[in-house]
Amino acid sequence: MSVATATRQESLARTGSPQWVLQRLQGVLLHIAVIGLTVVWIVPTLGLLISSFRPTSGILTSGWWTALAPPFQFTLQNYSDMLDQSNLGQAMFNSFMVSIPSTVIPVTIAAFSAYAFAWMKFPARDWIFLAFVGLLAVPLQLTFVPVLTFFVAHGIVPDNLTNLGLPPWVGLWLAHAGYGLPFSTYLLANFFRALPSDLFESAEIDGAGTLTVFFRIILPLSVPALASLVIFQFLWVWNDLLVALIYVGGAPEVGPLTVNLAGLTNSLGQGYNLLTAAAFFSMVIPLAVFLSLQRYFVRGILAGSVKG
Amino acid sequence: MASVTYDHVVKRYTADVTVVKDFNVTIKDKEFMVLVGPSGCGKSTALRMLAGLEAISEGEIRIGDRVVNNVAAKDRDIAMVFQSYALYPHMSVFDNMAFPLQMQHMKKGDIDKRVKNASRILGLDPFLQRKPRALSGGQRQRVALGRAIVRNPQVFLLDEPLSNLDAKLRGQTRIELQKLHRDLETTFIYVTHDQVEAMTMGDRIAIMNGGILQQVGTPGEIYDHPANLFVAGFIGSPTMNFIPVTTSDSSAKASGFEVKLPQSVPAGKGTLGFRPESVTDKPSTDGANIEMKVDVVERLGSDQFLYGQVGADQVTARVDPRMKVAPGDNVKLGLDIRSLHLFNAENETALF
Repeated sequence: MSVATATRQESLARTGSPQWVLQRLQGVLLHIAVIGLTVVWIVPTLGLLISSFRPTSGILTSGWWTALAPPFQFTLQNYSDMLDQSNLGQAMFNSFMVSIPSTVIPVTIAAFSAYAFAWMKFPARDWIFLAFVGLLAVPLQLTFVPVLTFFVAHGIVPDNLTNLGLPPWVGLWLAHAGYGLPFSTYLLANFFRALPSDLFESAEIDGAGTLTVFFRIILPLSVPALASLVIFQFLWVWNDLLVALIYVGGAPEVGPLTVNLAGLTNSLGQGYNLLTAAAFFSMVIPLAVFLSLQRYFVRGILAGSVKG
Repeated sequence: MASVTYDHVVKRYTADVTVVKDFNVTIKDKEFMVLVGPSGCGKSTALRMLAGLEAISEGEIRIGDRVVNNVAAKDRDIAMVFQSYALYPHMSVFDNMAFPLQMQHMKKGDIDKRVKNASRILGLDPFLQRKPRALSGGQRQRVALGRAIVRNPQVFLLDEPLSNLDAKLRGQTRIELQKLHRDLETTFIYVTHDQVEAMTMGDRIAIMNGGILQQVGTPGEIYDHPANLFVAGFIGSPTMNFIPVTTSDSSAKASGFEVKLPQSVPAGKGTLGFRPESVTDKPSTDGANIEMKVDVVERLGSDQFLYGQVGADQVTARVDPRMKVAPGDNVKLGLDIRSLHLFNAENETALF
């Protein structure tokens, strides 16, 4: 009560008083910072968007902002050229075939392992966890040669996998799963740890086993954490060019959208104009994923569980 | 329906950290037993060992005749109400109460019947479809009770279930819990740090301090015959007066007065104890008449407490609320000899 009253008085500081000036100044500075950051991100994106609707000649001779003044010269040519290339559908399909398992596999494994790290007692648990999280510091590029050598030695390469009747992306899935696991496990373990222990003890007395607790209590309570993790991992895999290029190569039957679009500049000569359209085209899916999952970011999902 | 026996139970975390030491108590079938003590005294640990949430380092815990040391929590046929309630936030009130029954793979119709029955007893019918976050503190507390009731357990364990409620609701729930205990005819073990809850609710009280059981008895026994200085000071509000005295045969001499003792004791040093209500404004015929210099006057309407000096010692007295006293006054008070306690100066146990 007294705290609430104090805050109220503070925010009602007399107009013109030094306190009031300070408060207004803080508010203004905060707004400037937020607006500044937004502008820094929005301007190039806007430039890219406008460029994607300009004719090639315009793009090559003048800056994108000149298009905002008359005479207006806009065209859908870039989009139609980009969509016209034969491999786009296949590349899109490949991207899904890469991104979905590469998201589901690590998130699933991470959820189980995070539960173990957070709530089960076993020897050297904290050391193993530390070592696991330490893998976050390993640069991705450092792993390419040893992992690829291992994959080649054990036949985990697209050609061999296809011969075996398996999807050619298995190696890529495993690689992405490996790269995603340390962060996923770290994030989820921290989230699980913050869940009140009374819930688990209560469930234990109520007769729930480890798996029941996991599926009936932990997973439903962790939807926000899982959703953000899925978004992170999906976006990372969807936008990835390097890892895909290394493990499955650039063949059109297996290459994802990023590999396909990167090829536009080479195969079509001066393709800068096409890349602008391609960039926006490849953004559609991540945007849809984000928008469809963001409603799970419900604040206070634990409200009402413990304490009054 | 079962008794509970703690038989030389010890809880040790490391070689040096022992939180429950040689704990022995038998809780009778259908009894309402309160474990009470200051925070960190081991009462919650004792309860959690019975619940199966903590391993037992030494000794035996029996529910009925069955030793449960190595029985999983879910197989002990107990139910526990947590201080935080521990409701499952993503489930409705109905599902919260049905959860333990679903875990027993009970038929849907039976689950329905039991949950409806419990919700009727607790007045939760209008809230069955709500999520815990849409309930008030008191309602959540009742859901936690309901989840325990539906299981129809042999023993109810309650770990400070009232401490998150406001004062008025706490008083009300105290009465409801006693009614519930009478209706369910089940053994209740109730942990609290609040001596008022202990005194009002318990059939018997077990007082703990520093991991050691101090005394077990009915509220009356403990109030009138505390076994040691700790129990005497813990139970009762305002606390008992403790005055250092020198004893010789059957009298005790304090800095400000001398009093005849009801029985003879060896000569030496000791601590004299008497409750505020045995120091009154009526002159005493057989005890001592003492003079107090009043420091503070507390009027509670029904009572009036005086805090002041008698000789060099602090004394609290309960006097008639109509008596006119002001701080700084010197008042004559009578000390009732029948409620005197004398504690050994060294080991603090009660001589009487």
